[in-house]
Amino acid sequence: MSDATFAAAADRSGETVNLSTLLTDSQVNEVLDELDRELIGLRPVKARVRDIAALLLVERARKQVGLVGGSPSLHMSFTGNPGTGKTTVAQRMAQILHRLGYVRKGHLVAVTRDDLVGQYIGHTAPKTKEILKKAMGGVLFIDEAYYLYRPENERDYGQEAIEILLQVMENQRDDLVVILAGYADRMNTFFMSNPGLSSRIAHHIDFPDFAPEELEHIAQTMLEQMQYRLSESAMLALREYIPLRMTQPHFANARSIRNALDRARLRQANRLFAQKNKDVTREDLMTIEGDDLRASRVFA
Amino acid sequence: MRITQGTFSFLPDLTDAEIKAQIQYALEQGWAISVEYTDDPHPRNYFWEMWGNPMFDLKDAAGAMSEVTTARKAHPNLYVRVNAFDATRGFETTRLSFIVNRPKDEPGYRLTRQEGEGRNIRYTIESYATNAPEGRRYQ
Repeated sequence: MSDATFAAAADRSGETVNLSTLLTDSQVNEVLDELDRELIGLRPVKARVRDIAALLLVERARKQVGLVGGSPSLHMSFTGNPGTGKTTVAQRMAQILHRLGYVRKGHLVAVTRDDLVGQYIGHTAPKTKEILKKAMGGVLFIDEAYYLYRPENERDYGQEAIEILLQVMENQRDDLVVILAGYADRMNTFFMSNPGLSSRIAHHIDFPDFAPEELEHIAQTMLEQMQYRLSESAMLALREYIPLRMTQPHFANARSIRNALDRARLRQANRLFAQKNKDVTREDLMTIEGDDLRASRVFA
Repeated sequence: MRITQGTFSFLPDLTDAEIKAQIQYALEQGWAISVEYTDDPHPRNYFWEMWGNPMFDLKDAAGAMSEVTTARKAHPNLYVRVNAFDATRGFETTRLSFIVNRPKDEPGYRLTRQEGEGRNIRYTIESYATNAPEGRRYQ
């Protein structure tokens, strides 16, 4: 550092930045509060998201007073069982990063292996690059990322996609943020066989499974959004249903609950239809009865 | 002779930041960006070689800009242009097209006169660069 720049830096030592004004200016708090309100459970995830938001905010404050730290690496991996809210959180993450000015547009491009990997030689690179170009200025969300790497087939084109991805993740850090998502155990083996990828990801966030009470809460919120409500007996049935469903194979947390509710709506419609000579009230149209839930094969 | 084709061609060459800003403007209008190159600068040569596929559904200019950069790197001594295509019904045409790279030495055009019937004279222009076969011009 030359004497002149050193003097300039010294001059700025007295400068202060008000972090709370910076926070209100960025409106990032609204997204964080929304995250708290609309997503049930997921405490460790929310804590990590808050940590990251704080880091980015401080990084911005540092920039304002002239401290250079290089832009932080923001690539993330979301691991967790199906239906634990990985995609939803990724969407919120894109908003947060946009409000803090770390991505220019803040859109989310969600892709899977099919969108990145081609079917014949020379097909993969243009395909991957096209997706990357679409995701520039936003967040690229790769769902079930472990499918990219198929060790059983050494001629698999997935490796090519990974290499292109790595290059962009390293060189164009300002242009896009990559989030890899998938089931915890398979992601671990995926990262183990691709150490280059693992080391370029700064934030590994684990999504825990939901507890039965949380699932019940989620069901309530979903019904509210769909403008339905549960009768007394339906509440009890749901309370019994959740633990039973959790022990069944292919349990996918919130997604299973959504499906169960959709099927209950189907049965409710059927029940109302069966009594067609009677007039139905607004209340009838809104209420899901215990029998609508108890007809599920989970209770059989 | 500096050829003037497309938008901005009477201005000094655009800087990278200016090109990026123009691309961003086009994307905000919902136009699709494509990059093309040629070694035949005749003004009636509409069909330039495509540099990769046209890019649809981009949000940010960074993606298209990286294509511009690689195209210029691959053809530093040829003409490279950026097109912005508007697919809106009624337009369905290129709305913006500008040159982003040109050869160091542009030899210009020869004016050819052809004697026609009577005392008519037909004029045509021919680029000096196109005397050499395709692929061997501007070396």
